[in-house]
Amino acid sequence: MYLSRRQTMALGTAALVFGPRIAWATATDDAIAEFTGGADVAEATGLTLTAPEIAENGNTVPIEVDAPGAESIIVLASGNPNPDVGTFAFGPLAASQMASTRIRLAGTQDVVAVAKMADGTFQRASQEVKVTIGGCGG
Amino acid sequence: MIPRRHFLQAGLAASALWGTSGFGNWSRLAAQQSLTQEGLIGESGSGNVTLIHITDIHAQTQPIWFREPSINLGVGQAEGQPPHLTGKAFRQLYGIDDGSALDYALTYEDFTALAREYGRMGGLDRIATVVKAIRAQSPEAILLDGGDTWQGSLPAHRTQGADMVHLFNALGAEAMTSHWEFTLGIERVTEIIESELQMPFLGANIFDAMWDEPAYEAMTSFERGGTKIAVIGQAFPYLPIANPSWMFPDLSFGVRQERMASVVQEARDGGAEVVVVLSHNGFDVDRKMAADVPGIDVILTGHTHDALPEPVQIGETFLIASGSHGKFVSRVDLDVRDGRMQGLEHRLIPIFSDVIAPDPEMTALVEETRAPFKEELTEEIGKTDSLLYRRGNFNGTWDDLICDALLEQRDAEIALSPGFRWGASLLPGDPITREDIFNATAMSYPAAYRNEMSGEMLKIVLEDVADNLFNPDPYYQQGGDMVRVGGLGYRIDIMQKQGDRISDMVLLASGEAIDPSRNYVIAGWASVNEGTEGPPIWNVVEAHIRDRGTVSVAENTTVALKSEN
Repeated sequence: MYLSRRQTMALGTAALVFGPRIAWATATDDAIAEFTGGADVAEATGLTLTAPEIAENGNTVPIEVDAPGAESIIVLASGNPNPDVGTFAFGPLAASQMASTRIRLAGTQDVVAVAKMADGTFQRASQEVKVTIGGCGG
Repeated sequence: MIPRRHFLQAGLAASALWGTSGFGNWSRLAAQQSLTQEGLIGESGSGNVTLIHITDIHAQTQPIWFREPSINLGVGQAEGQPPHLTGKAFRQLYGIDDGSALDYALTYEDFTALAREYGRMGGLDRIATVVKAIRAQSPEAILLDGGDTWQGSLPAHRTQGADMVHLFNALGAEAMTSHWEFTLGIERVTEIIESELQMPFLGANIFDAMWDEPAYEAMTSFERGGTKIAVIGQAFPYLPIANPSWMFPDLSFGVRQERMASVVQEARDGGAEVVVVLSHNGFDVDRKMAADVPGIDVILTGHTHDALPEPVQIGETFLIASGSHGKFVSRVDLDVRDGRMQGLEHRLIPIFSDVIAPDPEMTALVEETRAPFKEELTEEIGKTDSLLYRRGNFNGTWDDLICDALLEQRDAEIALSPGFRWGASLLPGDPITREDIFNATAMSYPAAYRNEMSGEMLKIVLEDVADNLFNPDPYYQQGGDMVRVGGLGYRIDIMQKQGDRISDMVLLASGEAIDPSRNYVIAGWASVNEGTEGPPIWNVVEAHIRDRGTVSVAENTTVALKSEN
């Protein structure tokens, strides 16, 4: 349970997340609205977001999005000061509409993906990723 | 789909062990002095495939005391469900009489009195007798080890797990999965797998962290009883979080449910008629995985140390819980016909060390592994007036003793001790030997640190650990029981969200509320951070016991569950 100064500082940041979470959630909603142009977003049926339930290292969390036939997918870390992770665009010759990357998470939060499908509709998937101090397991 | 009737028959078959009317006959048998080796091991099962499951032995080769938990709370879908039942509720569900042998083996009340009546449990030489007896009935039986095998005793610590690897090879285990194994460090684990271990080391969910690709074998196949059985390994999902990731920096774990689903499919595509998962997920994670991943027939659960006298059925999957510390061996007979599992019989065999005869070959092998440490092991450090135990969601008396040692020997205001589930018990009046101290502390990152922490940080730590235990979604539960505290009292409401569970934190020395802005001197052990400094915890505990001569530890009343007031 010993915590290094660096971890303590990181936790301080994580603890702060609880306060401005609402403001950042708005930033996430804004980013989605911008991506969709205000169109309706359905719950995912053809979009899969894969992320760990608990991050092994909050500074580099592997995530993957997969939406066969999608034109583009935006990924957002709703609890980060700047939620924008990136937008993956797939050209007509792309063999698959899948992308994986590693992202940094300020604390426990929902990671959100929204896909623009080939027919112009939008789908959304999200998953909570927990960032924990750890220790004491066994 | 296995018809429910078939499962009921399986339950009856299990109860045939005790007579005609179920588990309740235990105490009568014991009263009649008819607790026999043959009775415990039972008759041959009716299936064509036999599995033998041992898990979480934590390097306990000797018969021991092990008190089961009084508090083992379930949240979310696990609330009030086995294994989250203790004491009377547990006895009622399974029809176990008060004071019976099974009461002693599976619950906690009157532990001391029942322990004196029924004797110690476990012992690898007794386990060997049971394994041999099952193999005599069912020569093709498959022996599977659920992990947490190479850690937890002085000889295992000194030999870096070599003793247990050697003994489980000799026992004839045919596959294993892992958790504490990795706390030996990746170099030692690799050395064992390459040159000492004579069985597959399975982990479908162990990945190379850099390339995100499988790092260990996911499964192994057996052709037995005229059928093909796939055994998939699932290591403890939260190793890099719950244990020091710097000891195995290139590995990533996680539940990886999609990966499990694809390995199950691969097994079926490869012709497996039965799919068994040898799991170290912990019971609640396995319960969810069984519900969400189709195609698993049996999950041999581990990690959470639960022992259940009957399987738990989730959909078409049967969950088997075989306890810990060598107290139990599970025998599972599967009836496999026409390409699928048609029925299952299960027997949880309690290893009463005074009833089951030791296997002389295994006794000799175990003695060989212990001989180099004999003097060290047997040295008597002090005595205990109290029952010392650990298992349970909150402080046990062993933890309180360790916390007292940290407070006094390290001159701290507050002590923190990890919520491990392993550690044998001691009865009032027992001597405390060095072996006993190691049984409660032996691991590879034992430094007893001393530092300062603010009251605010302390609250964040307790909230974080509480969420890792009481998050309603088991996939978000990271591992151990609640961190144990000394010098600190608090109240906990497990049904709240992270940040709102812990209240009324009090510094016991002064009776004052914990001040978020003040720094407190903290002593603890088992830090997951590299470079933690301090003497090994066993030295701290030994010094404390020597100072006292005889230790007395009152039942802990400083951690209050909210509902109790």
